[in-house]
Amino acid sequence: MTVEATAAHTREPMPAKSKPSRKLGSLLFEGTSTGFAILALVLLAGIIVALTIASWPSIRAFGFDFLTSSEWNPPAERFGALIPIYGTVVSSIIALVIAVPVSFGIALFLTELSPTWLRRPLGTAIELLAAVPSIVFGMWGLLVFAPIFAKYIQPALSATLGKLPFVGALFSGPPLGIGLLCAGFILAIMIIPYIASVMRDVFEVTPVMLKESAYGLGCTTWEVMYRVVLPFTKTGVVGGVMLGLGRALGETMAVTFVIGNSNFLSSPSLFMPGNSITSALANEFAEAGPGMHTSALMELGLVLFVITLIVLACSKLLLAKLSSHEGGR
Amino acid sequence: MDLKTKRKFTNKVALTLSVGTMVFGLFWLAWILWTVLELGVGGLSLSLFTEMTPPPGAEHGGLLNAIVGSLILVGMGTLIGAPIGVLAGVYLAEYGRTTLFGKVTRFVNDLLLSAPSIVIGLFVYALIVANTGKFSAFSGAVALALLVIPIVIRTTENMLMLVPGTLREAAFALGAPKHVVITRVTLRAARSGVVTGVLLAVARIAGETAPLLFTSLSNQFWSVSMSEPIASLPVTIFQFAMSPFEDWQRLAWAGVLLITLGVLGLNIIARVALRAEKLS
Repeated sequence: MTVEATAAHTREPMPAKSKPSRKLGSLLFEGTSTGFAILALVLLAGIIVALTIASWPSIRAFGFDFLTSSEWNPPAERFGALIPIYGTVVSSIIALVIAVPVSFGIALFLTELSPTWLRRPLGTAIELLAAVPSIVFGMWGLLVFAPIFAKYIQPALSATLGKLPFVGALFSGPPLGIGLLCAGFILAIMIIPYIASVMRDVFEVTPVMLKESAYGLGCTTWEVMYRVVLPFTKTGVVGGVMLGLGRALGETMAVTFVIGNSNFLSSPSLFMPGNSITSALANEFAEAGPGMHTSALMELGLVLFVITLIVLACSKLLLAKLSSHEGGR
Repeated sequence: MDLKTKRKFTNKVALTLSVGTMVFGLFWLAWILWTVLELGVGGLSLSLFTEMTPPPGAEHGGLLNAIVGSLILVGMGTLIGAPIGVLAGVYLAEYGRTTLFGKVTRFVNDLLLSAPSIVIGLFVYALIVANTGKFSAFSGAVALALLVIPIVIRTTENMLMLVPGTLREAAFALGAPKHVVITRVTLRAARSGVVTGVLLAVARIAGETAPLLFTSLSNQFWSVSMSEPIASLPVTIFQFAMSPFEDWQRLAWAGVLLITLGVLGLNIIARVALRAEKLS
């Protein structure tokens, strides 16, 4: 539609302007847009620099101990980030363990099994799950899901997985509902749409010829997916998983609601309440006094930002590798 | 069991599990939406839109200041962020498509797109709040604008890439300078796609809580001043939902319903508009 409109428009004679002013306009326009593109670049550097400056007192006072000490004691001005880092990492791992197979199943369904007319609505529905604001996940998680989780799922896990040697310790203790496991579970629901949509996209770039040849040899749908499509797209799939991991690491509100916000860790059980980097920031930052407490929280933010950037950069590079690989064929 | 039966059996199991995962995914969406509707509708009333957030235990009360605050923050954030994002997107698609600087910017922008929003809050705190010495609506709007920029850059660039090169060449052949070609031909052709990108960005920031926690903070009273802390729907929901007071929780559910409807509505409108554009 717009094509005709613009074509009609350009047929009008250009406003007669003197050449220098047109040149100036061109330069101004190019300058502004280049400037704003530089701004996006500077933003990333700016965040790192600003956070480093703000966390400098804490970096100087605690050094490397900040990452290995589990003491978080604002009145005594002793800060160690081990427990929030542990919470962030563990809840993200739980999320991945649940989300990766589920996302693979969803992508398999959307690319191979679903009737064509259902593909779009179902795909949109899964993507809408990603659009639900995280505070909604948080409130639902705390007030609706956690009680049910404590009543049915946690006792069931204790009774089955809890009896196993070694891993049993992870699923023991009182079923409180809120805690690391609950946070990981809700994170899983939140990152499924991201991983599933990347997987679906990369599955769709697999050349049809490759799949058809496998089918022609008598492979079942599962064998085509698992032995042909998955190996062909594995860099892209890993990229999608890393993208989900990046999202899970930085997720704030949903985790803050359900992780339990405890700065003590007395047992390895995943049922125990914990703390994550993001929930520590969300709960403490606005109330933190200026000085060491604020500075330590800033350092927490810096640690989170650097970890997420590394994960996301890996994800982007892997996805770019797949698309260039595909172009080479 | 011979090999053929075994392979067929594995296939059956795998495909059944695949259907199961799809149901699993949709189940949570349905459950969450159902909860939000069920508990949110109970809190809906006229006073929600006419009264201020109440102190705990008060009989009356609404979310007026939070709703207005959210509109101001989202509006300002979009006004600041969208033009920057569109122009930077124009740079990436029209000037820096193949340059090294363009590639680096595209990569960095993709990182910013998925970076934790709470870190943006910390950054704006360090930049503005720490220097001015107080929480303000303005800093909240800046934080939201910083979230808008990467989204708009990405969609604008993608949409401009879809504009056929022949259109540009035709305009150049008529002697139009580059900025005229961009503003009057390519941007026009990609207009609805660009607008969709802005709508998606609005939907994203409307539900954002984390970057507002330490920039615009919250305000129990009516305020529209950009230099004072301002209430916003997500932060108010956060406070009220974490509280033990039942009337606060009821208001929080009503707020959640408003936000969810708004955000999902915007998303669906944007998707439908985009699809119509691609089909035409």
